[in-house]
Amino acid sequence: MLAYAWLVPALPLLASAAAALFDRKWGRLAGVLTSTAVFVALALSLRILLESAARPGTHEWVWTWLQTQGGLTLSLGLLLDPLSAVMLVVVTGVSLMVHLYSLGYMAGDAGLKRYFSFLSLFTFAMLGLVLAQNLVLLYIFWELVGLCSYLLIGFWYQKPEAANAGKKAFVVTRFGDLGFLIGILVVGHAFQTFSIPALGEAAKTGQLTGVLATGVALLIFCGAVGKSAQFPLHVWLPDAMEGPTPVSALIHAATMVAAGVFLVARLFPIFAASPAALAVVAYLGGFTAIFAATIACVQDDIKRILAYSTLSQLGYMMLALGCGGYAAGMFHLTTHAAFKALLFLAAGSVIHSLGVNNIWQMGGLLRRMGVTAAVMLVAALALAGIFPFSGFFSKDEVLVAAWQAGRMDLLAVGLLTALLTSFYIFRLFFVVFTGKPSSAPAHESPWIMTGPMLVLAVLAAGLGVLAEPAGKFLHAALGSPRPLSAYHGRLIPLLASGMSLAGVLWAYLVYYQKAVSAGLLTRRFHALYVLVKNKYYVDEFYAFLVRRILFVVSAAVAWFDRHVVDGAVNGVGWLCRWGGREFSRVQGGRLSAYLLLFVAGLVVTAVITLLVYPEALAF
Amino acid sequence: MTLTLTHYLLVSGLLFGLGVYGAMTRRNAIALLLSIELIMLAVALNFTAAAFFWGRGAGQVFAVFVITVAAAEAAVGLALIIAIYRLHQDLDLNDLTLMKG
Repeated sequence: MLAYAWLVPALPLLASAAAALFDRKWGRLAGVLTSTAVFVALALSLRILLESAARPGTHEWVWTWLQTQGGLTLSLGLLLDPLSAVMLVVVTGVSLMVHLYSLGYMAGDAGLKRYFSFLSLFTFAMLGLVLAQNLVLLYIFWELVGLCSYLLIGFWYQKPEAANAGKKAFVVTRFGDLGFLIGILVVGHAFQTFSIPALGEAAKTGQLTGVLATGVALLIFCGAVGKSAQFPLHVWLPDAMEGPTPVSALIHAATMVAAGVFLVARLFPIFAASPAALAVVAYLGGFTAIFAATIACVQDDIKRILAYSTLSQLGYMMLALGCGGYAAGMFHLTTHAAFKALLFLAAGSVIHSLGVNNIWQMGGLLRRMGVTAAVMLVAALALAGIFPFSGFFSKDEVLVAAWQAGRMDLLAVGLLTALLTSFYIFRLFFVVFTGKPSSAPAHESPWIMTGPMLVLAVLAAGLGVLAEPAGKFLHAALGSPRPLSAYHGRLIPLLASGMSLAGVLWAYLVYYQKAVSAGLLTRRFHALYVLVKNKYYVDEFYAFLVRRILFVVSAAVAWFDRHVVDGAVNGVGWLCRWGGREFSRVQGGRLSAYLLLFVAGLVVTAVITLLVYPEALAF
Repeated sequence: MTLTLTHYLLVSGLLFGLGVYGAMTRRNAIALLLSIELIMLAVALNFTAAAFFWGRGAGQVFAVFVITVAAAEAAVGLALIIAIYRLHQDLDLNDLTLMKG
């Protein structure tokens, strides 16, 4: 069965291509077709995961694609190890839920066929990314995933905000991708191979070390910073919420943004060879986690709250990886995929029902949208890390990893972020589902939407039991004997739970009991509130950089291009025409002038001939 | 004094030069044709003289060719002149500048 791993990405690709050829009227059929393809892919992935769990190991299939005289070899290859096996299930699983949900959410949209074609194209690209055996192939899928993100964010392209958001996502991640590409080229040149297992070996055996390892790791991390929206390349993710909510659930919560985390995990041996790079990963992750969490606390748009939450949780994953918690980071990625996708789908359910995104225009939906409320509660509890939901276990692992690495500062950051996390998510829950019912009519969503949500809710609640086996399984991929949780103490789980419950209590007091007025708090800390509300003015800063600095340079370069470069080219043309005009003055139209030239030429030829062949005169 | 080939060639060359000069300079189209005929004459003289002094008959045959060509060419030239006259009502070559540029 493992040899059929290539089918997993192939099926969604075929479905995507087929759907692209459909007529626009067959949107629903496209949706059914792509959903079926993803379903089969999921079944295969589960089978592969189970087989892989029974016999952990790394399997590689390589096929040479391109070979140059200079010795450069590019190959197509599949790398199947515990890490990719887990990712296969995560991607196909969430993708299937989103496909089914979309059949309800996007029903009636004119571009339905295009939507499902892009959605399964994305699935294909993401699956290809996790199976890629070498860095070049991974980069190709990396870019393809970025393309699909652009296409889907800007799906409603007639809306200028959506079109701009798609552009912004693509351009911002480009910055990261540049560093990534340079890193790939450097390491590929240094070791004459792009193969991931080979480079991992080089790192493990000490051939890839020191400055080279640090440099390569940091360059590759640039790509992860872009794709996983870490600070300072985080600005595209909140804007990406312009896309349809199922897209946000799939791409900007569960899978694509996780690609950066996956990348660090995939190339973990290289990172492990450079403690400096790991520190950068950890601290940047920690900073992003708390930075984004603070912003999430004051957002009014339901999707923006969740977007900043995603940023924050991705920071958590990077924090874990940077502290050497390989399994912790990946396990959190898995649980996060479940509960964050669920949060987005539930939010979509509310948006679909009410037609608004602003939480202050919602309220009292507990009774009218019971199922949605229940699943959202489950997801919120998971995100907040309340026992016994999955988030508790994965968040715990992250914090333990920080503790085991001796980074108490990051542990403190993690705990503080946990407090903020449960605060903002329960702020969302209480404002949206409790309180005075909004005037807009609300109804529960159809079963095609609630079904997938229920499935994800079960996962969000129950994945915690897989913590230990998952940890052992994932570590088999590293081949290193580091155990998952040698830590069996109670302190960290207690502290974390305490923080989470404190956050819930805080949100409860302010937004449910209204015991503490939110208005009073915002007035007391007005300056801070404004700063956070405006997202710390990062976007404004970037806009300043672009407009005042970049565009000035651009204007100068454009002037040069238009006047000097084009001037030269146009000048050559002008020169030709001028020359032509002047030369045509020789032709006056008068016969006598032509004859004169004719005779003159004749004389010159005769003279030259006689000079060269004087014997002609001796007749 | 004895006349050698050189004398004949010189005369022929002079006539040729006069003909060329006339072709380049004359304003009247018929004068142009006359000059061209003069050139032909010079060529024919050249061939005939060479044939005489070198004892070969080929030159005389060529002279007959030249006369034939001259006749045909004169006919064509006169036809052109008639056409030009019909158009311009005079035969001033300096006015024919339609091919300018």
